Amino acid sequence: MNYLPSVGLEVHVQLKTNTKMFCGCTTAYGAPPNTQVCPVCLGYPGAMPVMNVAAIRLTVLSGLMLGCRIGAHSKFDRKSYFYPDMPKNYQITQYDQPLCLGGGLVIELGGQTKLIRLTRIHLEEDVGKSTHYAGCSGVDFNRAGVPLMEIVTEPDISSADEAVAFLLALKQTLLYAGVSECNLEEGNLRCDVNISVRPEGTGKLGTKAEIKNMNTFKGVQAALKYEVARQIRCVAGGGRVVQETLRWDPDLGETFSMRSKEDAHDYRYFPEPDLLPVVLADAQIEAWRATLPERPAERRARFMHVYGLPAYDAGVLTAERGVADFFEATARLCGNGKAASNWIMTDVMRLLGESGRSVTQCALTPEVLAELILLVERRTINLPTAKGLLPELFEQAGRPAELVATRGLGQVGGEDEIGRLVEQALAANPRVVQDFLAGKQAAAQALVGQVMKLSRGKADPQMAGRLVAERLAARQGGAAVS
Amino acid sequence: MGVSCEWLPNHGYRREGVDLANTTADIRVAYVANLARLELDEASCALFQRQLETVVEYVRQIGELNLDGIEPTSHGQPVYNVFRADEVRPGLSHDRVLANAPAKMGEEFKVPRIVE
Ligand SMILES: [Zn+2]
Repeated sequence: MNYLPSVGLEVHVQLKTNTKMFCGCTTAYGAPPNTQVCPVCLGYPGAMPVMNVAAIRLTVLSGLMLGCRIGAHSKFDRKSYFYPDMPKNYQITQYDQPLCLGGGLVIELGGQTKLIRLTRIHLEEDVGKSTHYAGCSGVDFNRAGVPLMEIVTEPDISSADEAVAFLLALKQTLLYAGVSECNLEEGNLRCDVNISVRPEGTGKLGTKAEIKNMNTFKGVQAALKYEVARQIRCVAGGGRVVQETLRWDPDLGETFSMRSKEDAHDYRYFPEPDLLPVVLADAQIEAWRATLPERPAERRARFMHVYGLPAYDAGVLTAERGVADFFEATARLCGNGKAASNWIMTDVMRLLGESGRSVTQCALTPEVLAELILLVERRTINLPTAKGLLPELFEQAGRPAELVATRGLGQVGGEDEIGRLVEQALAANPRVVQDFLAGKQAAAQALVGQVMKLSRGKADPQMAGRLVAERLAARQGGAAVS
Repeated sequence: MGVSCEWLPNHGYRREGVDLANTTADIRVAYVANLARLELDEASCALFQRQLETVVEYVRQIGELNLDGIEPTSHGQPVYNVFRADEVRPGLSHDRVLANAPAKMGEEFKVPRIVE
């Protein structure tokens, strides 16, 4: 019998705000413990929370990017929660009236596309961070109260690879929207994974288990592969999957039961009396919508259509919004999308990779790259000269045209001049010419190399190649006659 | 939330022997007390359960009203969208933060050991 897994994700995303969800404490990462706290996020009696409008805006923007409906009337609730990392003994979250409803994200895997539907997106506050020592634990509340957006999917994901494809697409979309740094090392993106398996041909989902608090995509993939196999073994062997919460141990490569899962009912959600509901006017939502960028998938399709790029190239160029913006500005300035794409996909990407910098962190601008491309296109300089200038322009600001002028890098021009250099090269290398005439085709390339050398690299290599071929052919013809 | 709530079973608060039978279907005092780390003996549990049932019974009277077409309200006043600008304000000094802590360890609040 064949078994099908059904996987749903709950992704917690830290929003890009200056302050916490309900107080003015900073969200800066990496400060000493308990230095970014106040009576509100420490849960002092009488301290009153006030909503951070930026967190609301960023959540709505995410919802709009992901095709959600924005709830007409949204409110916050308390979830009773007894744990030392939550000083109020309840977490402020959203229960039945979240900010965003529905929506979905299309993933692509092995040439196939698939829609992963979203159930909802709601906003809540993060908890503190506990560190475990022998005999006791320590709690740091710097993170307590930081706004977390929880994105909940339907159980539409059917493999570990699909889960990773979804997370990558989600991260890309959130980065495009500018709502989160999505920095996994700093815990900006964490997820809970719900898994069940069912025999093929049956409609009803099996009992699910939940793996909590995954913070790497690799971990999600490995944990899912393990857990799906474990559940199939269990069900195929006549057993029953127990509804439980699991922890993934990356070192052992196994999941472990954390506790029998508490019913949602036990959380005793009730409306947060200290916070008033959110009712957003259509005009407000539309004003926010107007600030949204093009979605990655749409941009990719447009790049293929407008600039005539292959699907793969368009995918690489739109993987990051910064690179896509850079490409598009360059293409517009030089009027040649293909050339802009070639330069960015090869040389610029290599320099970015080597330097570990993003496209906005280097000195190279679309203006400079476009100028360089135009210098080659107008045959002012040849391609090798242009490529030689790029690393310098990547490191520090400069104008390619000026560098070419001051250093005398301009291409050695006309056919006459290069023709003379070809004759010079042929005269200086009689043995190579002999080799060619004896049938060794590769010898011609050596002669082109000599011409380039004589021109100090400034000749148009194509013209040099053509002229070398012509002169050699003439000699060959001559040799045949004599 | 991606957080576990498991305490060491022997930390002294959990009471396994409490009789859960004498409870309403809705709210079990002994269970909630356990979650809240409140140490209640059986007599207290029974007393609070009876008192709680009286309270719940009182609130249940609302079910006798005809509420057709009336939306549940979570707040008494029609006030919405009370927001704050995303501007950083100074918090508490580190000394003051830890001044009221029952126990501290370095810069952290010290609590009984919790495990995943
Ligand atoms: Zn605070």
